Amino acid sequence: MNRRDFLKLSLRGFGAIALAKGLDEIFRPVAGHASLKSLRWVFLIDTYKCIGCGFCVKACKLENEIPFEANVSRTWVERYVVTKEGKVFADTPQEARNGFISGRVDLGMGRYKDIPKETIDKAFFVPKLCNQCEKPPCVQVCPVGATYQTADGVVLVDRKWCIGCGYCIMACPYGMRFFHPVYHVAEKCNFCYHRITQGMKPACVLACPMGARKIGNMKDLVDPVTKIIRTQRVEIHKGEYGTKPQVYYLGLSEEVR
Amino acid sequence: MHVLRPLYVVLALAGMILIARIFVVPNDFGIHEKGYMYGWYRKANESEWKALGVKYQGKEYCMDCHAQQEKEVRSSRHNIIECENCHGPALEHPSDPQKLTIDRSRELCLRCHTYLPYPTSKRAEMKGIDPDQHNPGGECVGCHNPHQGSKPQRRSR
Amino acid sequence: MTVLEQAWTLKELFVYPNEYIYWSVQIVMYPFMTGLVAGAFVLSSLYHLFGIKQLKDIARFSLVFSFALLMVAPLPLLFHLLQPKRNFYVFMTPHFTSAIAAFGVVLFVYGSIVASELWFLYRKHLVEGSLKLKNQLNKSLAEKIKYGVYTVLTLGAFDISASTLRQDGKAIKILAGVGVPVACFLHGYAGFIFGSVKANALWMTPLMPVIFIMSAIVSGVALCMLTYIITMEIRKLLASRKKSPFAHPTMEEIRGVEVFEMKITSKYLIFFMIFSISLEFLDLVFRGYTAVKSWDILRNVIYGKDFINIFIFQYAFGNLVPFVLLLIPGLTIKRALLALVLVLFGVFMMRWNVVIGGQSFSLTFAGYMHYALPIIPRDLQTFKEGLCGALLIGGMPFVLFWLLNKILPVFNLKETH
Repeated sequence: MNRRDFLKLSLRGFGAIALAKGLDEIFRPVAGHASLKSLRWVFLIDTYKCIGCGFCVKACKLENEIPFEANVSRTWVERYVVTKEGKVFADTPQEARNGFISGRVDLGMGRYKDIPKETIDKAFFVPKLCNQCEKPPCVQVCPVGATYQTADGVVLVDRKWCIGCGYCIMACPYGMRFFHPVYHVAEKCNFCYHRITQGMKPACVLACPMGARKIGNMKDLVDPVTKIIRTQRVEIHKGEYGTKPQVYYLGLSEEVR
Repeated sequence: MHVLRPLYVVLALAGMILIARIFVVPNDFGIHEKGYMYGWYRKANESEWKALGVKYQGKEYCMDCHAQQEKEVRSSRHNIIECENCHGPALEHPSDPQKLTIDRSRELCLRCHTYLPYPTSKRAEMKGIDPDQHNPGGECVGCHNPHQGSKPQRRSR
Repeated sequence: MTVLEQAWTLKELFVYPNEYIYWSVQIVMYPFMTGLVAGAFVLSSLYHLFGIKQLKDIARFSLVFSFALLMVAPLPLLFHLLQPKRNFYVFMTPHFTSAIAAFGVVLFVYGSIVASELWFLYRKHLVEGSLKLKNQLNKSLAEKIKYGVYTVLTLGAFDISASTLRQDGKAIKILAGVGVPVACFLHGYAGFIFGSVKANALWMTPLMPVIFIMSAIVSGVALCMLTYIITMEIRKLLASRKKSPFAHPTMEEIRGVEVFEMKITSKYLIFFMIFSISLEFLDLVFRGYTAVKSWDILRNVIYGKDFINIFIFQYAFGNLVPFVLLLIPGLTIKRALLALVLVLFGVFMMRWNVVIGGQSFSLTFAGYMHYALPIIPRDLQTFKEGLCGALLIGGMPFVLFWLLNKILPVFNLKETH
C-alpha cells in the first residue's frame, strides 16, 4: 500500500469513528436518575379570593431578581370588569406590581376608562403564572436544549446555554416568557424552584394575604391542594392547545383571556 | 475519482464539528428523565437553580426579634399580611441588610384599600376609600396604624 | 429601566405584560434572504437539469449569486440573537424537535451542494487560472493571493481532459437535481418555523411551508432576473464608453440582455406567482369561512390595521401590478425591470405581514401591538434590529457577489459547462 492510499484509508477510518462517536453522544441518553414518581408540582389559584393587591408580583420580582421597574414579570394579576351591556374591560397595569389602586381601566396608549359602579355586572382578578405544562411547547421548540422539564415537572431555563433566539417566547400560548432585561436570555416563572426544593413556598404563595395561591404535589393524595383539584370543579387555562397545564383555577370565568 | 473531492471536504467539516463538540459540550449534557423532546439539557443547571439564594424568609423569621410588632399585628385583621409584603424581603437581616424599608407611601395601602365595587370578588368586601376624596395625597399612616389595621387611631400630629 | 423590545413596541388595549414584538425586522430579513437563495438556485437548476439552453448565462449567474446570498443568510439571525457569541450551540447540541435546529443541518447540506456544484462548474477555470499564475514570475501580492486561492480551490484535481470534464458535467446535473428538493427544504423549514407555532393564530397553518417555498422561488427568480438585467446593462454602458476594465469585451460581444431570455424566465415567474397567491387566498378564505375563536381579532388585523400592508403593498403593488406588466404583450426590459422590483417588494411585504402581522395582535385576542421600525439607531440593539441593520444585510450579497466574481467570473466565460 502506498502512502497515499494509507493516508486516504486512515482519514476515512478516523472520520467514520468520529462520526459514530459523535452521533452516539448526541442520541444515547445520559444515564439518568429514576423519574420522580412521587412528586409532580401543581398550582391552584382561587380567583374568588384574589383582591388584586399585587403583593405576589412584588414578592416575585424581588425574590427572583427581575428589575422592579421593568415592564416584564414572571407572574401578574389581570382585572376583568364586565358591564351590564356585556362589554368586558381587562387590564394589568404594570403587571399589577403596584396593585390596582384605581377603578380606571388601563386601555393602553395613555387612554383610560372610568366604569361607573352601577354598570358593573361582575368584576374580578385573575393571577397568572407559568403553567409548568406537562407537554410544554416552549421546550419543544428550543433549538439548543437551553430550556427543559425537570423530573418533578418544573420547566427551567439554563441561563448559560440560552442563545436568545426567542422561539420559546413565541411558542408559549400563555405569554409567560420574556427576555430577562439584565441577563438577556429567556426567563419565566419556575415556581421558585430554589424555594420549593427546600420545603419553602414560592414567594407569591407566601405573599398572598388571601390564600388565593397555593402549591401542591399532584402525586400526594393527602395534599390539600391535590384534594381540591380532584374533588372540586376546577379549570385549566387554554386547554385547547394540548399543553396540559398544571395550574388549576377556581372561578375561571368565560371572559378570562 | 476526483468527483468525490468536494464530498471529502464536506465530511472533513462535519468531522471537525463533531470533534469540537467533545470540547465545547459539557459532559452532563444529554437526554435526561423526560426524554429527548422535553429532557435535552445540561444536568448541572438544575443544581444551579436550587442553589439560588432565598430572599423572603417568612413571618417566623421576623418573630424572634420583632415579637412586639408581631403581637400587635396578630390581633388585627392585618395578620393575614406577611411582614415582608410591606417591609421588603428580609434576606440576611439584620446582618445584611441592617435595616428594612418602612414604606410610608399612600400607594402601599391603596393596593387593598382603594374601594373597588366588584361583585363576585372579595375586593368588594374589603373596607376601602376613594383615594381622590379621602385625604388625597396624604400619608395613610398619619392617622392609621398599619400594624393594627382594623383600628384606625387618631394620632396627634 | 425599559425592556429592550419596548423601544419598538406600542401596546393597545389588553395585552399580556410580557408580550412584545420580539421577532422584528431581522426575522423578516431571514426568510427573505433564504428565499432568495432557494429561488436563485432553482432558476440555475432549470438550466442544468432540464437543459433550457436560453437560460445558460443567467443560470451561471444565479448559482454564484445563490452562494453569495447563502453566505449572508445567517447574518440576520446573528444580528437577532441576544447571545450571538453562543450561536454555534445550535451545531453543538441541536434539539431537532425544534424547526430552528434544522437550520444547522440545512445550511450545512445546502451550502455543501451549492459549493460543490460551483466547484464542478468552475474547476476548469480554477485549474487554468492556477497553472497560468504558477508559471508567472514575480507575482504581485494580489497575484500571489489569487494563485494561492485558485490552487487550494482546485482541491488538487488538475486533470481537465474531456472525459473528466464530462464527469464534472454529470456531477453538476446530479447536484442540481438533488439541490432542488434541498432548496425547497431550506425554505420549507423556514415556513415550518412559523406554521408549527400553535400559539400564534396567524402563523398556525399547514400551508405555511408551501406558501413560503412558492414565494421564495418567486423572489429568487425575480432577484436574479433583476440583477442580471442591471449588470448586463451596466456592462453595456461601460463598454460603449470604453472606460472600464470590463471594456475588453466589445459592445458587439456583449449581447446585452436578450428580451426572449426575460420572456422565458418571466413565464416561470408568473407560474410560481400564481401558485403562491392561490395558496395565500386559500388560507384567507378558509380562515374567514371557518371563523374560529381567533378570527375576530385576525379580521381586525387583516382588514383593518394591516389592510394597506397586505392588500395594497403586498397583493396590489407586489403581485397584481407586476402580473399585468409581465403579461402585456411586447415585454420591454424597462417594463420587466419595474415588474421585478415590485415582485421583490411584494415578497418582502409577505414576510413582513407574516412576521410582524403575527405579532400585531395579543395572545388575549383582545389587544394589539404596533411595530415602530427603528430608523435612526440609538444603540447597538436599535442598529442591529432597525432599518440600518436591514439595509446592511440587504446590500451585502451584492458586495459578496462582486468579490466572488473575481475568482468565479460570471461573464465572458465560454469554457464552463
